[in-house]
Amino acid sequence: MSRRAKAYLLAIVVAAGATTWSLVRLLSEPSPTPVTTSETTAPVETAHITATLYYGSSDGRALVPVRRDVPLATGVVEQGRQILNVQFQDAPQPYVQVVPKGTKLRAFYVTDRGDAFVDLSGDVVSAHPGGSTTELLTVYAIVNAVTANLPAIQRVQLLVEGKEVDTIAGHVDVRRPLDRDATLVRDGRGDAPPPAPQDSKPKK
Amino acid sequence: MSRGRVTRAQTCGALVALLCVALATPQLAQDTASPAPLTLVSKDWRRTIPTTTTGGREMIALDDVASLFQVAVREDSLAGGFTMTYRGKTIVASVDQPMASVDGRIVTLPSPITRAGRRWLVPIEFLPRALGPIYDQRIDLRRAARLLLVGDVRIPRVAARVDFPGPPTRAAIVITPATPVTISNDAGRLILRVEADALEPVFPVTATGLIDGVRIGDQPNVVIVALSRQAGMPRTTVATADNATRVAIEVPFVEPRNLTPDPKPPTTDPRLPSSESTRPPGLEPRPALQTLAIDAGHGGDEIGVRGVKGLEEKHLTLDVARRLRGLIERGLGLRVILTRDDDRVIGIDERAAAANNGKADLLLSLHANGALSGSPSGAEIYYERLDREGEAVRQSAATAVSLPVISGGTRSIEVVPWDLAQASHVEASAMLASVIEQELRQRVPMGQRPIQQGPMRLLSAANMPAVLVEMAYLTNSAQEKAAGGDEFKNAVAQALYNAIVRFRGYLEETSAP
Repeated sequence: MSRRAKAYLLAIVVAAGATTWSLVRLLSEPSPTPVTTSETTAPVETAHITATLYYGSSDGRALVPVRRDVPLATGVVEQGRQILNVQFQDAPQPYVQVVPKGTKLRAFYVTDRGDAFVDLSGDVVSAHPGGSTTELLTVYAIVNAVTANLPAIQRVQLLVEGKEVDTIAGHVDVRRPLDRDATLVRDGRGDAPPPAPQDSKPKK
Repeated sequence: MSRGRVTRAQTCGALVALLCVALATPQLAQDTASPAPLTLVSKDWRRTIPTTTTGGREMIALDDVASLFQVAVREDSLAGGFTMTYRGKTIVASVDQPMASVDGRIVTLPSPITRAGRRWLVPIEFLPRALGPIYDQRIDLRRAARLLLVGDVRIPRVAARVDFPGPPTRAAIVITPATPVTISNDAGRLILRVEADALEPVFPVTATGLIDGVRIGDQPNVVIVALSRQAGMPRTTVATADNATRVAIEVPFVEPRNLTPDPKPPTTDPRLPSSESTRPPGLEPRPALQTLAIDAGHGGDEIGVRGVKGLEEKHLTLDVARRLRGLIERGLGLRVILTRDDDRVIGIDERAAAANNGKADLLLSLHANGALSGSPSGAEIYYERLDREGEAVRQSAATAVSLPVISGGTRSIEVVPWDLAQASHVEASAMLASVIEQELRQRVPMGQRPIQQGPMRLLSAANMPAVLVEMAYLTNSAQEKAAGGDEFKNAVAQALYNAIVRFRGYLEETSAP
């Protein structure tokens, strides 16, 4: 083999080696471009939990537990938001919505002590029909919905437009975090599905 | 000329002096007024103790205390205080301090210890709070009766009231704690001799029906019931229950000789104060229930519930509150506080403050209910449900807070948060709710759950038995129509009035020692 032929062969071997190394490295290392981890911030569209939400009985005297699908979310805070967003939607028949129409969830956060803060839009006050009975149902529909589905949360405090308020409609004290109240809840058997267990499990 | 100037100067000086005296005298009188003296009562002796009022507080001289109770007092001029010693135990106190160290434990006093010239003055509460714990006999101050009890003396409270002016006139004398009593008649008087060292009266009862009055007799353990000329032979029954002795008295009417008959007809219904029986019966307010607070819910822009036909809760509550006030003032002669007497917005804390600062003995908050459906109807009564903090306050009666003191160490002060004031009254409030429910049920429709508990904002801050009454559902068209009429409003006011009369008996029993 002439000296020229040896030089060509060496060049071909070096080029092939470099190409192979580059390919191997390209395939083995992660891309430097960041990947959006949708699973950490947004709920999976197809995954749901069955949560127990609370609506007014058809006569407006009591709360009735109703099982409804709520989008699955990661973490207590995000799951709490999802539960309340569904809670504020129209009530299924034959129940009545006890949270005034138009009420929006402004914020939801949890303290280290296990107290959740639910910040509501001012509609909860301005659109409330009044009366001790209805006010109790409004307050405890929210408190019960959060505490029944999120075992880590023991108590719930309501805020309106980011501020502490005395009452929603002039009667019920909401200045402090409230425990769940089962005395207002009527068994929904007969005209509603039974309540879901508290440890809601995700389903596809 | 010179004499004239001197005269003018003297005149000016005299005027200034007179002005100073005139200005100083009322202040002096105000600062050192002398209230009625206390009477010290022990098993073996009685003595009158002079007191003075300084800065609105009743004070007693320390040297009087020393001579009465045979305690040694040593002044510490360097520290600006004194040390009181009794059988090896000491009380240390400082001038201008509303507290004392009693055998190493700090007790609070309602006002500071002061000096007036060379005399030390201590609040009269010093006796039971500071001296009591180190003294070898019990010291009990009954301020309303102006009594200071020392040792094991029996001085029951004696309450008298006329239940029905009649005729026949019905009255009751309640002795608490239960104490034996013997009764005799004597020339138009009923004489009750109580087996006690003395009595603590909580009357007088003014002339009502066939009873001219009730008073303590010449002997300190005797109660005299004076009867009118038209009174027949009174009938009495004595019963003992709930640690109280009750003497029920019924005085019949007899035609007086040589006297024109009184045409006054008897009232027909002895049980409930009808429009006739709500006339002033002449009852004196009982210490257990002297002042009521009535809260007319909502007001001004806060209309509360609006009925289908436009009846607004704020108008209904104020209307019933005024009717109830009229019944109470005419029928019981008690003081009534309305948290609002016109159509305006009032904050919840302002309402609670009106009741608390007015020393109300109970609070009724009137409301009308609303539901998301037109079907619910009936009255409901709410009383406070304590949360964790409130329950802790109720169980401990108060929260002890340790504060550092200048002389070193700490002192403990019992504190009840303003917004948990209801904690110590929940049981009484439950009783009040029960009585109101029973009375309302006789006159107006009741809800399916007539008595409920909840974290009610106004009630939580009320430092007295308190309930919230939802009179009717304005979202129920039939109830709204009824609630707008006089019949319904009068029925609710009358039921609440009757409940107050009954609850007064409960307060009397529970306030007894």
